[in-house]
Amino acid sequence: MFKILKPGFFTSVQDQGRFGYRDKGVPVSGAMDAISASRANRLLENDPRSALLEITMTGPEIEFEAHTCICLSGAKFSAKVNEEPIGNDKVIRIQKGDKLSFGKLEQGFRAYLGIKGGVQEETVLGSKSFYFPLTKRSSLKAHTEIDFEPSDFVPKISEMKIEGFLSSKIIEVQKGPEFDLLNQSQLTQLFAEPFTVSKENNRMAYQLNEYLDGHTMKMLTSATLPGTVQLTPAGRLIILMKDGQTTGGYPRILQLTNTSICVLAQKKFGDTIKFKWA
Amino acid sequence: MKSYPITIRPFGENAILIEWPNEVSEAILNDILRFETFLKEKQLENFEYVPAYNSLTLVNFFGITESQNLQNKLKHWYKELPPFVEAERFLYELPVCYDTEFGIDLQETAKILDFSIDELIAAHSTHEYTVFGIGFLPGFMYLGGLPSSLETSRRKEPRLKVKKGSVGLAGKQTGIYPQESPGGWNIIGNCPIPIFNQNSETPCFIKVGDKVRFVPITRAEYDLLKIEGEVGIFNPKKIELSV
Repeated sequence: MFKILKPGFFTSVQDQGRFGYRDKGVPVSGAMDAISASRANRLLENDPRSALLEITMTGPEIEFEAHTCICLSGAKFSAKVNEEPIGNDKVIRIQKGDKLSFGKLEQGFRAYLGIKGGVQEETVLGSKSFYFPLTKRSSLKAHTEIDFEPSDFVPKISEMKIEGFLSSKIIEVQKGPEFDLLNQSQLTQLFAEPFTVSKENNRMAYQLNEYLDGHTMKMLTSATLPGTVQLTPAGRLIILMKDGQTTGGYPRILQLTNTSICVLAQKKFGDTIKFKWA
Repeated sequence: MKSYPITIRPFGENAILIEWPNEVSEAILNDILRFETFLKEKQLENFEYVPAYNSLTLVNFFGITESQNLQNKLKHWYKELPPFVEAERFLYELPVCYDTEFGIDLQETAKILDFSIDELIAAHSTHEYTVFGIGFLPGFMYLGGLPSSLETSRRKEPRLKVKKGSVGLAGKQTGIYPQESPGGWNIIGNCPIPIFNQNSETPCFIKVGDKVRFVPITRAEYDLLKIEGEVGIFNPKKIELSV
């Protein structure tokens, strides 16, 4: 078991996602940056479906009540076990009583804390991913206790040097179903100009600060996906993310690649992105 | 059986979008559902199917391999769609308490629509509405078929909290809030039955293509049905539709 002493800004349990209920309006959820999350699970030799913690903007403080191994990946936070700095993408041995704390956010926006064997949480419709109100909570609160199986795990690879994408500004896209709606000036702006992430950014969607020219297209509600870029009549760009709604009525002008969803998930308010054809 | 000109194209790395002509029509919806039924029986495994109005989206979050090949197959399967394939569809009777305790906008809405409260309730509850889509929130139904006499504009100021189960009117739409959420619809009643229940093996008994009819109930019946709904023993009355 481990205890959340401080929850951080927004810390939730996530796995690969909740599949099979999209026709009932249930978003897929799951780790926003699936690439970093699966790296942590892989280094721990976990089942790829194992649940881990997704840590956003400021980290939690956690006390472990059993021995195990952990691995951090994704955003860089200058994390410490007791007073010892630990790096990302590295299997770290944990003893009973150890405290994990997070310092300043240095790069990226979301980190993943993997634990050997995964965290034990209630499974709702086949997934442990938090999504309120399907799950009781949307994020972890102080004093929450979370179970895991103690482990004497010895990793085959204890560290991975990776070429990360935390500093990448490039968001690769394909045409969305209503791409043809765009006129020349909108297209030029989309692919020549940079865009910045607005304050309205969360697990449901990222809105961008810059507006395109508006439009008057009306369409029938149709399926949307994580990574779908919607254009509102006023010209606002909304990029749906993992908790995003399953259907929508705004034109879907672009679609992010799976990798670019992860790149965007590491962006915060004010960060710059540039669209590029996949 | 009429066949429609459909388009099939990729929608990102994880989905294929099939579109029918751009109109709201029972016949098109039925054709979409027939094709969906056929594809599921063809054991096109590992796909999620999202039907809505004039589209059917096939989703696989682990990626679609040989997308072009699959698109060709889909084209072929649609052409070969046997006429006897029918989607199973039901008409559900959903209880609604139109008591002003729940229908907080009932009086005002009736006034705007130039109805008495009883006339408004009668108009709302005698029609059958078709579920053209489920989305936006888990269990939120996009219902078609609202009589034009019940069309009304949204509230000027949306509410920050609309109670779970609230039945609303807005524009050409009527529907039920499946969970507490912000909203700008005019609230005329409340349905005690959870449309989405994550603790059930079938979390949402209604599917796209089904129809619903609202049945007025008293305040006392509401309380009983609320309990039945919450413990999960309520079985909505359903009638199989022949298409």
